[in-house]
Amino acid sequence: MSTSTEAATTGTTAEKKRKGRAPLSEGARAERKLGWMLCAPAVIVMIAVTAYPVIYAIYLSLERYNLELPQQIKFVGLSNYAAVLSSPYWWQALKVTVIIAIFSVSISLVLGMLLALLMHRTLFGRNTVRTAALVPYGIVTVAAAYGWQYAWTPSQGYLSAAFGNGAPLTKEVTAIIVIIIAEIWKTTPFMGLLLLAGLSLVPEDLQKAAKVDGATAWQRFTRITLPLMKPAILVALLFRTLDSFRIFDSIFILTAGNNGTGSVSILGYDNLFNALNLGVGSTISILIFICVAIIAVAFIKGFGTAAPGSDIGKR
Amino acid sequence: MAVATTPQQKSGWGIANFVVVALALIPVLWMVSLSFKTPAAILDPSFVPKSWTWSNYTGILQTSQFIHPLLNSIGIGLIATFIAVVLASMAAYAIARLNFPGKGVLIGMALLIAMFPQIALVTPLFNIERGLGLFNTWPGLIIPYVAFGLPLGIYTLSAFFREIPWELEKAAKVDGATPYQAFTKVIAPLAAPGMVTTAILVFLFCWNEFLFAISFTSTLASRTAPASIAYFSGSSQFTVPTGPIAAAAVVITIPIIIFVVFFQRRIVAGLTSGAVKG
Repeated sequence: MSTSTEAATTGTTAEKKRKGRAPLSEGARAERKLGWMLCAPAVIVMIAVTAYPVIYAIYLSLERYNLELPQQIKFVGLSNYAAVLSSPYWWQALKVTVIIAIFSVSISLVLGMLLALLMHRTLFGRNTVRTAALVPYGIVTVAAAYGWQYAWTPSQGYLSAAFGNGAPLTKEVTAIIVIIIAEIWKTTPFMGLLLLAGLSLVPEDLQKAAKVDGATAWQRFTRITLPLMKPAILVALLFRTLDSFRIFDSIFILTAGNNGTGSVSILGYDNLFNALNLGVGSTISILIFICVAIIAVAFIKGFGTAAPGSDIGKR
Repeated sequence: MAVATTPQQKSGWGIANFVVVALALIPVLWMVSLSFKTPAAILDPSFVPKSWTWSNYTGILQTSQFIHPLLNSIGIGLIATFIAVVLASMAAYAIARLNFPGKGVLIGMALLIAMFPQIALVTPLFNIERGLGLFNTWPGLIIPYVAFGLPLGIYTLSAFFREIPWELEKAAKVDGATPYQAFTKVIAPLAAPGMVTTAILVFLFCWNEFLFAISFTSTLASRTAPASIAYFSGSSQFTVPTGPIAAAAVVITIPIIIFVVFFQRRIVAGLTSGAVKG
């Protein structure tokens, strides 16, 4: 839409551009300059807070740098990486993080789909359901995590009382299950809303036509709804996977990473603030960054042309 | 759906609605219940308090341990939201309206940052902020919050701005409006809903943020409310301040409930616009 209005004012340059390297007209050059100027402040802030620190972290990760021993800062090459990658703590944290990500994302995908169908199809109370679903999305993670912690505390919590006065947060497996439940409760609404948006793009006529042709509700869902929603599902999965990979708040409150429940983010935090080791902390940062990049690239390969943002530039 | 509905269908949807609302709200109501329990009642797992008290609320609202962080949260959140929305509006306007090379790179960058693992920044930013004297100050949190609010803002706002009928601006000018009038009377009212939605989403992010808040602050001077709750201490070393923590958690949840109740449609529209069309 925007390009059509632009074409009216700078139509000739747009045509020239399509042909290739024709010199830009005065108007197009001014438009370019304005575009860059309007984006510059946002770009500068984003680079200053993310790109620059990441490069700085690469540099720090090659040093022996303990805040308690500032006189012993020394370039040590890749030995921090060797230390982290040979440490069982790293692999344990990575395992916990991957388990939490896989279970919380896949379960919240199924529940989110059900929630989206409900929000899309329910006959009444649509706004009430949407408002209620937004509460877990909006609530401060730390506040919710305290709620879960007390709920599972023996002789204090209603959930602990309902499950034989158990103390699940003190054992690795059950604590991770509680963390996953908290994560699912918090993130299913967001998943549901993203899927709802995809659902509303599925044409109603197609559903009716299939119904007339005798397709069952399940057939209609798997043959029409799901294929048409594939882009929305992939976007939601990518967002949620990367988001759950950085899980920190709820683990920090629920178990503080004790009993082998720490995620990679908890490990990185502990290394900075308990061990005061900037070198190793930076190494963990870089390794997490590499993991996230691998996940993102894998997803975007799967996306193909449906990658978010891929069509914006063309408009 | 023009299909006639049977009573069974109606009650089926009713039950489904009820289950969703209950699952969404029970953990929140549990916090509310805890916050009204007396210290003795806390050691009783029943969902509804047997004896009620306001003392948890009066307690936390009398101490600077909570009031000060609450003010920090509000101040840091509002300033970061304002800056992020202004900068994101400029960028989103350029993305929606102007033709310039590098647009795709900018959108890719915003997407990358939206999904960036914050922990990867904590160690280097901690050291950078110490060097610049930003550690434990408001700007020390505002700057990273703006950076992470921007991708959200650019995404949501460029989706909104693409829907604005910009031809109206020209039409207003043809009708004799000055450029200033055309902007304030025609474009600004059309752009305002998108900006309000974006502001709500960015503010919710700042209000919720925890990792930076505990990493880049050390005292009440800049610690935000979620971080302060994690450092609440009991009246003695051996008591866990469950009641006060629950009360504080409820207090920081109230603004969210207000946003959600009054702006439900906008939040839903904002969360979904960028994701589907983008």
